[in-house]
Order: sequence, then C-alpha cells, then structure tokens
Amino acid sequence: MNKAITIDGKTLPFEDGQTIMDAALTAGVYIPRLCHNPELKPHGSCKLCVVNANGRNVTSCTMPASDGMVVTNNTPELNEDRKALVQMLFVEGNHICPACEASGNCQLQAAGYYLRMESPHFTHFYPPRRVDASHPDIFLDLNRCILCELCVRASRDIDKKNVFGISGRGIDSHLVVNSESGRLGDTNMAVTDKAAHICPTGAILIKRKGYTIPIGKRTFDQKTLSEFHLGQVKQPEPDGE
Amino acid sequence: MPPENFSNIEQQVASLCEAHDCEPHRLLQILIQVQEIYRFIPPEAITSIARHLNLPRVSVEGAAGFYSFLSLEPAGNYRVLFSDNVTDQMVGNQELMRQFCSKLWLEPGKVSEDRLVSAAFTSCTGMCDHGPAALVNGQPLTNLTSDRIDLIADLILGKSPVSNWPSALFEVNDNIRKTGMLLDKPFVSGNAIGAVLARGPDATLAEIKLSRLRGRGGAGYATAEKWTGCRNAPGSMRYIVCNADEGEPGTFKDRVLLNSYADLVFEGMTVGARLLGCAKGLLYLRGEYLFLLEKLEGILKRRREDGLLGHNIFGETGFDFDIEIHVGAGAYICGEESALIESLEGKRGRPRNRPPYPATHGYLDQPTVVNNVETFACAAIIAFRGGKWFGKIGTWQSSGSKILSISGDCARPGIYEYPFGTSVQEILDDCGVDEAYAVQVGGPSGVLISWKELDRRISFEDLPTAGAFTIFKRGRDILQAVRNYADFFAHESCGFCTPCRVGTQLQKKIVDKIANGHGTASDLEELKHLGHLMKTMSHCGLGHTAPNPVLDMLEKFPGAYEQKLRNLSFEPAFDLDAALETARRITGRDDPAAHLP
Amino acid sequence: MNNQARISKVKIATCSLAGCFGCHTSLLDIDERLFDLLGMVEFDRSPFTDIKHCGPCDIGIVEGGVSNAENARVLREFRDNCKVLVAIGPCAITGNVPALRNNIDLWDCFQEVYLYDPGTEGNQIPNDPELPLPFDKVYPIYEVVKVDYFLNGCPPSPDAIWNFLTDLIEGRKPEIDYKLLRYD
Ligand SMILES: Cc1cc2nc3c(=O)[nH]c(=O)nc-3n(C[C@H](O)[C@H](O)[C@H](O)COP(=O)(O)O)c2cc1C
Ligand code: SF4
Ligand code: SF4
Ligand code: SF4
Ligand code: FES
Repeated sequence: MNKAITIDGKTLPFEDGQTIMDAALTAGVYIPRLCHNPELKPHGSCKLCVVNANGRNVTSCTMPASDGMVVTNNTPELNEDRKALVQMLFVEGNHICPACEASGNCQLQAAGYYLRMESPHFTHFYPPRRVDASHPDIFLDLNRCILCELCVRASRDIDKKNVFGISGRGIDSHLVVNSESGRLGDTNMAVTDKAAHICPTGAILIKRKGYTIPIGKRTFDQKTLSEFHLGQVKQPEPDGE
Repeated sequence: MPPENFSNIEQQVASLCEAHDCEPHRLLQILIQVQEIYRFIPPEAITSIARHLNLPRVSVEGAAGFYSFLSLEPAGNYRVLFSDNVTDQMVGNQELMRQFCSKLWLEPGKVSEDRLVSAAFTSCTGMCDHGPAALVNGQPLTNLTSDRIDLIADLILGKSPVSNWPSALFEVNDNIRKTGMLLDKPFVSGNAIGAVLARGPDATLAEIKLSRLRGRGGAGYATAEKWTGCRNAPGSMRYIVCNADEGEPGTFKDRVLLNSYADLVFEGMTVGARLLGCAKGLLYLRGEYLFLLEKLEGILKRRREDGLLGHNIFGETGFDFDIEIHVGAGAYICGEESALIESLEGKRGRPRNRPPYPATHGYLDQPTVVNNVETFACAAIIAFRGGKWFGKIGTWQSSGSKILSISGDCARPGIYEYPFGTSVQEILDDCGVDEAYAVQVGGPSGVLISWKELDRRISFEDLPTAGAFTIFKRGRDILQAVRNYADFFAHESCGFCTPCRVGTQLQKKIVDKIANGHGTASDLEELKHLGHLMKTMSHCGLGHTAPNPVLDMLEKFPGAYEQKLRNLSFEPAFDLDAALETARRITGRDDPAAHLP
Repeated sequence: MNNQARISKVKIATCSLAGCFGCHTSLLDIDERLFDLLGMVEFDRSPFTDIKHCGPCDIGIVEGGVSNAENARVLREFRDNCKVLVAIGPCAITGNVPALRNNIDLWDCFQEVYLYDPGTEGNQIPNDPELPLPFDKVYPIYEVVKVDYFLNGCPPSPDAIWNFLTDLIEGRKPEIDYKLLRYD
C-alpha cells in the first residue's frame, strides 16, 4: 500500500524521503513559503511553512512526511501567525516598495498580499544596511535581504562558487560575499549564475533590467504567490555538496 | 603583551593551521588562537585561514562573525567583559562598569583610541556565586569591588601583563555547601571502568536503564534510550560528546564538577564509550571556562598515563578511547546539542533541522551521543554502584539527585546537591533566605516561581531544572530581572529563524518600554502575541523558551509592572521629545515648538 | 437636501504629513463619484477646506509619515478628534520614501540642505521657531498614535479609496479586495 498523509482533510500520497512540503507540492496543495525553493536543499529558516502535524507545529519544508500524518495547514490561526512573520521581516529590514525595482516581482511583498497584511504592525528597526554596486552587472541591496539563504545555497550547490555566506549573529546576521574587500565586484560571481536570479526579494538585482517589465505587468500583477509557487517545479537534485 | 606584529600574519596563520593539521573542523579553535594573538581577527587572517583549510572565505568569515568572544574589529590589548547576569546586576555590576569606563575614558562597547582597552557586557559567565564578575582576555575576574576596579584600571594603564596580575583577582572557589550521592565520596578513578569491564557492556546498559537516569542538561531525555539509539545506528564511527557549554544564566555546577570531579565526568564518558563501542570523545568547554582548560588537559594526560584513556584501556584489548577538548567562544546557543555539533565541526552554532537526530547523524554525520557533564558523572556512579542503588534516591520519574547552582539573595550561595523531589522551601531554608519573593528555577529558559509556590518540588514532573536556582528577596524589582532575561535572549538568538531573531528583539523593546514607564495595556497584549509566535513558530529550544520569563511575570507578578503602566490605551513606541533632541542640538533651538510633551 | 440629511452627514478630516499629496490627488481622481461622496460627507480640516484645526470628526484620513514635531502635533489632534483614524498610503504606513533619510545622520541632512547646496553659500542652519523641527527618523503614524485602518497603495487607486470610504461611511468594516491591496 502507498504511504499517505492528510492535509486539511485531503489525502496525499508520498514517497519515502519526501517532506510534507514535497508531498503538498506534488499534489498541488499550497503551503506558504519564502526560504524554500524546490530546486534547492531545504533550509527551514523563514518559518512561513510551519504546519501542525499530529498536534505539533513542524516546519513542513524540512519535516519528512510519515505515513498517517495528520496535517493542518490552511487555517486562520496559522495564516495569522504567518502574516506576523511577514510583518517581522518587513520591520526588520528597510522595505520601501514604491522605490524598489523588484516591486511586483517580489515574493515577500506577494506573501504580504497573500496573507492580507495591511500594515507591518510592529515597530520598525530601520537598520543601517549595506548597498553594494561594485559588480558590473549585479546590484546587492541588503536593506531588502530576508536571510533566506537561497543565494547562498544556489551559489554553493548549483554554481559551485560559494559567493555568498552569512556572518554575524542574531539580529546582526547579514549576508557576506566571498572577497576580502567585502565587495561583490571582487568575487567571481557572474550574471549567468543561478544565485543571481534566485533572490525572492529585491536584494539581488540585475543591473539595467529594472523596468523592462512595467509595473502592472509583473509576476504578482498576474498571479498570486500561491499560483506562482505551485507553478515552480522540482528540478533534478543538484548532486551533493 | 603587545599585539604581534601584523606583517607576519600569513606566516603565523600558516603555522597555526598546520598545528591543527589544516582540519576544517578545527576552524573555531584556530580562530580563538588568532584572536588571542592579535586581539581580533584581521581580514587577512580570514583569507589566509580559508586558503589553508581549503574552505570558502565566507565560511570562515561566517564563523568568525558568530561568536561573541571573536571580534572582527580591534578590541584592545585588554578586553574586559563584565558579566551581566541578573545576579551581577544585584551586586552592582553596572556601577562598576561605569567606574571602570570613566577611569579609563572609555565608551562601553568601544575600544580606546590607543587600542589599549575595551569594555563591554557579556552574558552570564558562570560566576554567580562570585559576582560581580568579568573576564579579562578570557580569564575570570571575580568578586569585583570598587577598589578592585581601580586596581585593574591601574594595572591596565601600567600595561602589566594579565599573567602578572595578583592572583586574588582571579580566585574561583567551588563553594560546595551540600553534597549527596554524586559529590559525597571521593571517587577512585578506574572503579567504574573496572565494573563495566567485569559486567560487560550489555549488562551495564541494563543497569543504566534500571537506574531510570534522565539527562541533566534540561530536556530530561532517558539516557539509556539515547545511548541505545546511538548504539544501534549504523555508522563507521561513533562519537560521545560532553556538553560543558553551561550557558544558562545562573548555572555554574558544571564548572565545579569539572574543577573538582573531572575524573568522574571523564570516567562517565569512558563508560559510555564502552557501551557504544566508540573511539572518540569530545568535551565542549564554554569559552568562559577557558581557565579550566590546562587543568583538564592535565587530567586527561594523567588518565592516559594511568591506562584509563588511549589504547587498550584498563588492559582490555581493543578498548580504545580518547577525549579531545574543544573550546567555545561565547554563544549560549552552542549548548543546544545540534548547534554544539555544528560548532564542534568549526561552523556557526546554528541548530540543525531535525530529524535526523544526533543519535543517528551527529558529529561529522556519524552516530553521536551528547550529554550534560552531570549526566556523565551519574553514568559513572551507576556503572560502579549499580542502577538499583541509584534508582532508590529521588522520585519514580526523577531518579537520583540534582546539583543546583544557587545564587542571588541568599546567605550562602554555591553548590547544593539534593535528591529529586526536594521542595523549594527546604532549599531556601538551607541556603539562608528569610523572605523569598521569587525564584528563577532552571534559568531564564525555565520557570519563574512566586512566593506562593515554594512547596513545589525539584523534579522533571514538577519543576525541571538544568541547575540554576536564582533567588529574589522581597523588594527586588522583578521587571528589572525580566528585562535582563529579555536582553539575554535578544543577544543570544542565533538569528537563523524569523520568529526568534526578530521576536526576541521586539520583546526586549517592549519590556524596555514598560520599564521606562511608557507601557500600556496594549503592550501587554503584544508581549503575549510575541510569546505565542516564538513558542509555536521557532526553530529550536531557545526561541521556544525565550518568552518564558515575560509570560511568567505577566501571569504571576502583576505588581511588578502594573504601577508602571500608563493609564492610556496607547503610547508611542518611542519617546517623541527625545527624538527631537538631535535637531534641537543642531539648530540650537529650545523654544516651546521644539518640544513635544 | 433637507436638514435631517445634512445633520447625518459623515464628518471627515484629512491631512498630509510627510507625504507628497499623491494620496489626496488620488482621492480627487474618483472623478464623478466625488459628487456622490460630497453628498455623504462634510469635510472638516483638510487641504480641500481652510479649516485650520480638526474638530470632532467621524473619520480622519492621514497621508504621510511623521517627520517633524508639527506632523506629530497634527496627528495627535486628529487622533484626539476622530472616531476612526485611517492611514492612507505607504508613507503613513511604513514611512516610505521620506524614511530613506532614516539611516542618514541628521547633521548630514542639515548640512546638505542648508550649507552645501549650490546657492546656499554663507547660509546658516535656521533656528526659526516657525520651522517644524525634524525627528531623528521618519515614523509611520501607527508608531505614534493608534490607527484603526490602513489603506495601502502608493497612492491607493481611486477605486480602492472609493470602496474603502463607502464601506466606512456606511458603517461596514472596510474589506480590501485582493487586487486592490498594493504596497507600491
Ligand atoms: C538554547 C539551549 C541551550 C542549551 N544549553 C545546554 C547546556 O549548556 N548544557 C547542556 O548540557 N545542555 C544544554 N541544552 C540541552 C541540550 O540541547 C541537550 O538536550 C543536552 O545536552 C542533552 O544532554 P542530557 O540528555 O544529558 O541532558 C541546551 C538546549 C538549548 C535549546
Ligand atoms: S524587496 Fe520586496 S518587500 Fe522589499 S521593498 Fe522591494 S518589493 Fe518591497
Ligand atoms: S540576498 Fe536575497 S536570496 Fe540572498 S539571503 Fe538575502 S533575500 Fe535571500
Ligand atoms: S529559535 Fe532562535 S536560536 Fe533557535 S534557530 Fe531560531 S533564531 Fe536560532
Ligand atoms: S519555507 Fe519552510 S521555513 Fe521557509
């Protein structure tokens, strides 16, 4: 007999080794997420994908599915908590959407829409953050970094370059790049790297491409975060580290 | 102690790395040595270490930036870190810090212009029975007084090497006040190992099971079960790890165990090794206890000479086991077992995703057992005296004894060993407390109990504790204590997950707001909201427990904050008038329109 | 229109703090619905009237963040007088573009504006009490007073404003259609 879990009452089959998130994605069931991308190894830091499995909150993008697991996901309570996490991400950085090239293509913003965030609610931190324009083709604006480490993983596991990493601790955690000068221009990053195109927000931008698609015609002008994420398909696993 | 000359960084680093066989998982140990030499981690050193260990530079920078005892900016030839536990605050560490800074013209957190000295606060250094305490270049300064601060400032101005400072400044005593089954009798090294060899590993594991021993590090997981899981897991190698990170504020019993009962602890690890069939042991010593390192290395050396470690232990062919000590560098989260393993591997102390658990995929992805210092001491005693003997003490769900680190408002702070099931009142009577108002049991991640709960008992089923027992007498400001704990969690969050990284900061801001007299009823609701988010959405135990002191205060100590609340539904998140101060200064204005009441 | 209807008209006040009047302009862009609106409401203090101080109102609509002491005074007046307070546009909700200055030292801002700009040679930093004194940072209004509703969009579209206002005026909790929820 095939193994299965239920999510919000719906039965979903899964294969050994799949996470709750994998099983949901395969079946077209949406679990909100920000730091997970099916092309990369799960990370589990944003916590948007937390679901309740057999009475306990677990991180669905890293928790292996197990036979008979009863999962609740799309509940008002969990979505309220997810919205609060998005609000935390907003106040912790400096997000000025009207002045951001990524607006309309940004998954953080789209998560806000999806979860009906009407204001960031919490006290803003307005942290001083670095902007790095040293690379000829890529612009790095840490004001908008949500520490999802997608770029870190893409550069390490797909591009095999280790251009990005995280330093600092706690609220001082921040993205660093692989050069003694600390400048992106002094790394071997190329605009063709996977890492250049994986940032869910406007923290990594390709230069001279900002407004090729006008506002109003951008990704999340056309679809919701849920439709967008369910459309992302799993690529063949990148071979180990 | 002039900092080394910087022209030879490359050479210095090369020889350091070679001394560690250019092993990537020695990275933290190498960084600690670089910090000792240069008093910070120069960027050139990061590049050079990365090259020698064949690691990406970002990984080295990432590790160096994680630990608070490593500094990426020059931190002075003398780096003084004042312990900032609530017990240090009770005895005036803030004033001492101010005195020190004004004497040396320092700004807290900044290095002096001549790069001679810097001063800052650090989380509890495990000297709660010796407060106020501090660290100077990693060495503990204890029982600080105003006179001692003057003396220390003079020694620094006179550029006297720390090794020449009067030894009285560094005195650390065990302060053992009450002994029980663990601390009673001196332990004869080899007794437990001999017993295991006579009885055999299976029968010894059965004794541990019979003893009903549960972990002493906090979570209280059944030790026999953990060891069996690891034993049955497939792997080319097994590791046994002693968790001596002891970062929970108010806890210092592992310090005393390692200072005076290290043989018992090492013996417990060796017993474990025999049961698991593993050949490598690691002890993770918190950076604050660096002063114990030499002594511990000496004991390990002696045990090797005595045939209690190394090859063919106790003459048993094929019984090979040794223990290596890794030093931490100021990170409470590294006490969490999977973060500890990451740190042992030389990385940032970031808790792993689980499953898999360390028992199957731990250090270097091999089956690994992580236990608290005291758990190993118990295991050694059980191996020697049997599980039945051990299980007779304590309660059914909590067998044996618990060593408590008692500090705060009491006549006799120190180490007390009690059978599980002892009531808080009995403990308070022993250590000399007249009027207890509150006790923080198990440190900030534990439970804050009020004077109404003194009949509660130390045990896994009632008041679980890793050992901290901090007493507050009537008249103490509980809000100040909670503020200290909120600061602690905000400082120690590893930053990996959103709810804890941001939530601990927001929690701290609101507690500060209330303490400063600007809180309202809506702020209390916000604290509960944040508490719920951290408890239910966080990645690890730090985030899950970070709201505990705040929530306990809200529930049990309304008097601590109610008078401070404004009788309004809302107050701004910041002080409006203060936020105009910079502009007033720049414009030189002081007219009524330049103020907001 | 008889007296009865006049009395039951909803009183609205609006203001622009650290904003660009874009939200107000968008309000005017509801075009012919403006007449319907004026049939339902009466404006108190607002850039559309010359009333200087906000009297008791049903709805206060605030555009812009809190950048200086004057902004804070006006905002408090609104909160004290309006039953329902609405933050309109990202400047009021997050600080937005004016908050770009939040990581620039105030002293540097002053120098740039009053001392270094071409044409300001020989000038001094003014200390006239008539000038609003800036805060260290620009704040969203909800960090200064309690806010009841948020209307997003830079500016919110005329449709979003219209739907929102009619809901409020007719005593419903405003529902913002998914398509109209925008932060840009
Ligand atoms: C934030 C955090 C800090 C911890 N610190 C320690 C510590 O300092 N010492 C310790 O033994 N266990 C600590 N623990 C518990 C360990 O994760 C682990 O459960 C323990 O070492 C297991 O040993 P035991 O079974 O012998 O108790 C900590 C846990 C968390 C979540
Ligand atoms: S990164 Fe996204 S959320 Fe942040 S400013 Fe840009 S569009 Fe807005
Ligand atoms: S730069 Fe983008 S991809 Fe990288 S960690 Fe930050 S938000 Fe994630
Ligand atoms: S709960 Fe806190 S300490 Fe634990 S992983 Fe998350 S951020 Fe790190
Ligand atoms: S998507 Fe699972 S934690 Fe971020």
